[in-house]
Amino acid sequence: MVTSLFRKIFKRFSPFSNRSAFKLGLYGPPNGGKSTLANKICVDWLGQEMSTVSHIAHETREIVIKEQVSIKNKKGKELTFSLVDTPGIATRIDYEDFLKKGLNKTEAKKRAKEATKGVIDAIKWLDTMDSVVVVLDATKDPYSQVNITIIGNLQARNIPVLIAANKVDLKKSNIDVIKAAFPQYEVMGISAKYGTNVEQFYEQLFKLLK
Amino acid sequence: MVTFQFVPYHEIEKLTSAKRINKLLNIVKEDKIVVMEGRLTKEEEADLIEITMEEITPKFKGIELSIIYPERSRLDSMQRMRGLFANLLLGNRQGLTIIGPASIVKRIQKDPDKIELFTKENGRRRKNKQ
Repeated sequence: MVTSLFRKIFKRFSPFSNRSAFKLGLYGPPNGGKSTLANKICVDWLGQEMSTVSHIAHETREIVIKEQVSIKNKKGKELTFSLVDTPGIATRIDYEDFLKKGLNKTEAKKRAKEATKGVIDAIKWLDTMDSVVVVLDATKDPYSQVNITIIGNLQARNIPVLIAANKVDLKKSNIDVIKAAFPQYEVMGISAKYGTNVEQFYEQLFKLLK
Repeated sequence: MVTFQFVPYHEIEKLTSAKRINKLLNIVKEDKIVVMEGRLTKEEEADLIEITMEEITPKFKGIELSIIYPERSRLDSMQRMRGLFANLLLGNRQGLTIIGPASIVKRIQKDPDKIELFTKENGRRRKNKQ
């Protein structure tokens, strides 16, 4: 923890550090909407998408980085960072789940293999993040151990966290449960798909990355 | 039939993180549900997920994991002090860790002081309360 703190301080004040290389990671369980949010950010500020999205879990199986993403707030202040879209973290990957979604056996096994590698990469990359947005599906139980492990590890590494409670456009969504589960963090209810509360989300990013 | 194997804290206390994780994972790979006294560190939890992913095959589909740990915010200052001393003297034995093979455990739901374990075998629900 102390090493991590020193690393952060050194990084922040080092004359060799490149502030534009500030890494903002999108973390969370599969199908929470990380790639949809990454695309929303990139479309809003760069005019292009960065990741592919799918209703089948583990669509993002490799780390995807978009460098030099600059966002502006209402006061005209600018913030530049590298946006890192990570594969969803899971404790189980069953190729048979992909068969049920219509993939053939070869595709399903390949997807499962790539997904396991993706989870490993996402965990390994945790140490390189400067700030993280944890994207949770607001319609699902937030007390899953994956969520707790991700957030606990970010906390142990002193990495600033913002929780995006995604899919608030759905009736089943419940932000209050997420707030109760993680009271130490700011929770922002958004719909990355429809752009609900995205402006407020950007304002929160300024607070997170200041 | 579902088999639970209790792992007391003293059995893992002296082990390195890697050996600790391997011990737990080896039990799970024998299709048993681990009930461990105490908890892994946050870093060990992440390592457990990482190692599980490395071991996944069409047969071993991963794990379901849940940890019940007394929330510090709910404890009064005396209880916190006592917990701190107990941790210093005896190691961190507080809490309960449950790890099951994904082929048997469908889902573990935490609520947050109660664990509900849904098994695949017969669709019946088993509950562990703390």
